[in-house]
Amino acid sequence: MRPYATWKYVTLLLVLLLSGLYAAPNLFGEQPAVQISRDSGDPLPSDFGPEVVAALKEASIPMESAAMENGQWVVRFKAEEDQLQANDALKKALGNSYVVALNLAPRTPGWLRQIGAKPMALGLDLRGGVHFLLEVDVDEVRKKAIENYVTEIPAQLRKENIRYSGRRQDGGDVVLDFPDQEKFDAARKFIAGEYRELQLANSPNNALSLRVRITDAEAKRIQDFAVQQNLITLRNRVNQLGVAEPVVQRQGVNRIVVQLPGVQDTTRVKDLLGATATLEYRAVAEDDASLAASSGVAPVGTELYFTREGRRPVLLKKEIIVTGSQIVDAQPTVDENHQPAVSVTLDGQGAKKMFEFTTNSVGKPMAVLFRERQVTTTYNAKGEPVREHRDVQEIISVASIRGVFGKRFQTTGLESKEAHDLALLIKAGALAAPVDIVEERTVGPSLGADNIRRGFQAAMLGLAMVAAFMVFYYRVFGVFAIMALTLNLLILVAGLSIMQATLSMPGIAGIVLTMGIAVDANVLIYERIREELRNGMKPHAAIEAGYDRAFLTIADANVTTLVATVVLFVFGSGPVKGFAVTLTLGILASQFTAIVGSRALSHLVFARRSRMTDLPIW
Amino acid sequence: MRFFAQVPNINFMAQRKTGLWVSSLLTVAVVLLLAFRGLNFGIDFTGGVLVEVHYQQTVELDNVREALGKGGYERAVVQYFGTSQDVLIRLPPAHDTDQSKVSTAILDALGSEAEGIDLRRVEFVGPQVGQELTEKGGMAMLFAFLGIMAYIAFRFEWKFSVGCVAALVHDVLMTLGFLSLFQVEFDLTTLGGILALIGYSNNETVVIYDRVRENLISLRRASIYEVVNLSINQTLLRSIITHLTTLLVLTALFMLGGASVHSFSVALICGVIVATYSSIYISTGLAILLGIQREDLLPPKEETEKEVV
Repeated sequence: MRPYATWKYVTLLLVLLLSGLYAAPNLFGEQPAVQISRDSGDPLPSDFGPEVVAALKEASIPMESAAMENGQWVVRFKAEEDQLQANDALKKALGNSYVVALNLAPRTPGWLRQIGAKPMALGLDLRGGVHFLLEVDVDEVRKKAIENYVTEIPAQLRKENIRYSGRRQDGGDVVLDFPDQEKFDAARKFIAGEYRELQLANSPNNALSLRVRITDAEAKRIQDFAVQQNLITLRNRVNQLGVAEPVVQRQGVNRIVVQLPGVQDTTRVKDLLGATATLEYRAVAEDDASLAASSGVAPVGTELYFTREGRRPVLLKKEIIVTGSQIVDAQPTVDENHQPAVSVTLDGQGAKKMFEFTTNSVGKPMAVLFRERQVTTTYNAKGEPVREHRDVQEIISVASIRGVFGKRFQTTGLESKEAHDLALLIKAGALAAPVDIVEERTVGPSLGADNIRRGFQAAMLGLAMVAAFMVFYYRVFGVFAIMALTLNLLILVAGLSIMQATLSMPGIAGIVLTMGIAVDANVLIYERIREELRNGMKPHAAIEAGYDRAFLTIADANVTTLVATVVLFVFGSGPVKGFAVTLTLGILASQFTAIVGSRALSHLVFARRSRMTDLPIW
Repeated sequence: MRFFAQVPNINFMAQRKTGLWVSSLLTVAVVLLLAFRGLNFGIDFTGGVLVEVHYQQTVELDNVREALGKGGYERAVVQYFGTSQDVLIRLPPAHDTDQSKVSTAILDALGSEAEGIDLRRVEFVGPQVGQELTEKGGMAMLFAFLGIMAYIAFRFEWKFSVGCVAALVHDVLMTLGFLSLFQVEFDLTTLGGILALIGYSNNETVVIYDRVRENLISLRRASIYEVVNLSINQTLLRSIITHLTTLLVLTALFMLGGASVHSFSVALICGVIVATYSSIYISTGLAILLGIQREDLLPPKEETEKEVV
């Protein structure tokens, strides 16, 4: 028997060691924890921490450890009651600007955490939770934009004294008719200069008719704005839920995925997702706001509101200048002095009102009021749902009017982060594109736990049956195959843990199926060895021949399976993708373990027995 | 275990015409079955609402129906799910109402009926999502076929790849026919199973093809016909054993894996059994029918030296 290369043994041991290490975190289970993050999604201040410890000490709640993990402050507890009490105590102590959420933290020991080892990420069907797929009605937004231009462009033309004889909307186009060529040319020049986002074309059958269309780039911008706006709003609201590890992600062109592990009450989630936000630009009244705040009585014609940051009282006049539905865009930008600013674009009507207002109010302050209408569902004694509406109203910006402006204006004097936040809030309050829930999947915690148990049992039973069969049929070589298979599973679990690919029920099915496919490679080899023995080959030579000749066959068979799993990955969604990942990883691992692993074992056992006449493979 | 001291000597190729005929007839039957009876598509594809709840005590389905009726959902299909404490409620897709509100309304209706009700899962799939999944599923299958065909053509020869893909289509059709005949629910995971089957079932074919190539090189005198027959016989045992082990794990999954992987394991069990047959009669049989030649597979000289160790 040719000696088996040492580097192969070394590789095998190294793989065994590494996959053992990275699979290990899955053994330690989880413990109750509370995780703390900023309401705004910003990182926690660097000196954060002592107040948490102090609050827990004051409430005399024993904790196990508290530390920064992945940008969040995680406090671990021994018992669940401690966790619940701590949750209440910390919510009270830290106030509104922090999100305190219950979570289960992996009990992974510190030294494993240091090398980046984590347990597998479990899908919602295994840990329980809700999954929503939302679709932003992009067409509606585009239609609104066109409708806007139908009123806005003629208004601008009138202002420029360019007379037109007709205007109408035709599908995605705005069509303008002109009495003569001169007016047509003037309008064309004016629109091209003023509206870069529009594309102009002559009507095919009427030389004096101008077709105005949104450019593809602008259409894409509108669409992205609508989706992004919804993303921001959803993130804000999901943060209010106090859920550990929420996912709010854009998917494809116009969809948003919301995943909330551990959440059961879908009604509450839907209430939150369905909240409507808007904003109002209003004049600030000059009366004494702090007096009104202390007495609780606002002077006639004004209303008392508080600022979002710092809860400062501000009196606003009742008249609304511009509402969120008239905002076309809001972007953080820099002003002419290279200072951070927010640039806001209004539609035609809004621009007109803003122009009228600012003409008479230069030097006076103007505020932006953010309102959000939330629905909360509670259940009465009979178990019937009671839905209540609650309005959240906050002032997000107060600034002095520097000059007269209309369509576009900037809010300056901000810090860079402030500008960013304000732009986001204005976006969130601008006319929201309608959102539909197109998919909902909720899995209760009991079903999740059942699924894990069932998956585990199925995998164990499968492994046991295969092991029994292999050992019965192939004797010692069966044992090699089972050891190789176990290593395969270990690599698979380690790989999934390292990749942090979400493991769901189809993924477990993939693991189980991998066992069937992986053992196939060994069967192929062993049948070959038996065949060579039957043909009269010497045991050592038969082993060599078996492994050598089966190698390419196994590779061919595995590649065709990989072709299918890659296609599955590309076209599949969610859990099916997970299944594809598991199967791919399992097949790749089997190519290694079934060939290198079991071959090394047979060399270790049989290489020195030079006088064998037969092999214990029958 | 010297069950099989000798390589079996069954003249498979003599039966290949019978095999191809039987398969052709079965294929026609399955196409008709699929056309008239169709698949029992789950809500992943059809869209609709599905709610699974667990009651503390045994519950009468009529009570549940009544509660749903009060909420305005007379059309709901209510059935036990495993035990008499678990109830599955389904609503077909409706285009007139806002479907996403339906699951909430169902829970409202049930909530007023009984206390201690444990929500196991809610699934709502909008019709547009279902439509997309169906399209994507079809595309996935097509690309899987093409990819495998290309690889086999590259590694062996086009006649082999035609035979291989014919066997794959056959396996998939037979499995779909089985699912249709017994109206097993076809959901997203089942589709994953079918695609996994496409990848897995041609393992047999590849193994036989590989052996045919090897034997063509070593047995220069034998006819193609003899070589193929010998190759199938030589790999037969391995084929049976590996299917047995795969069936073992699939059976474990079927018995213990729970409802969510039920139809997945049924599809694969059926597919794996069919694949044993099709790898012999269809993929190899068809390749012979297409007239494979010794020259098709003989590699250029230098490669020969590399491969025969």
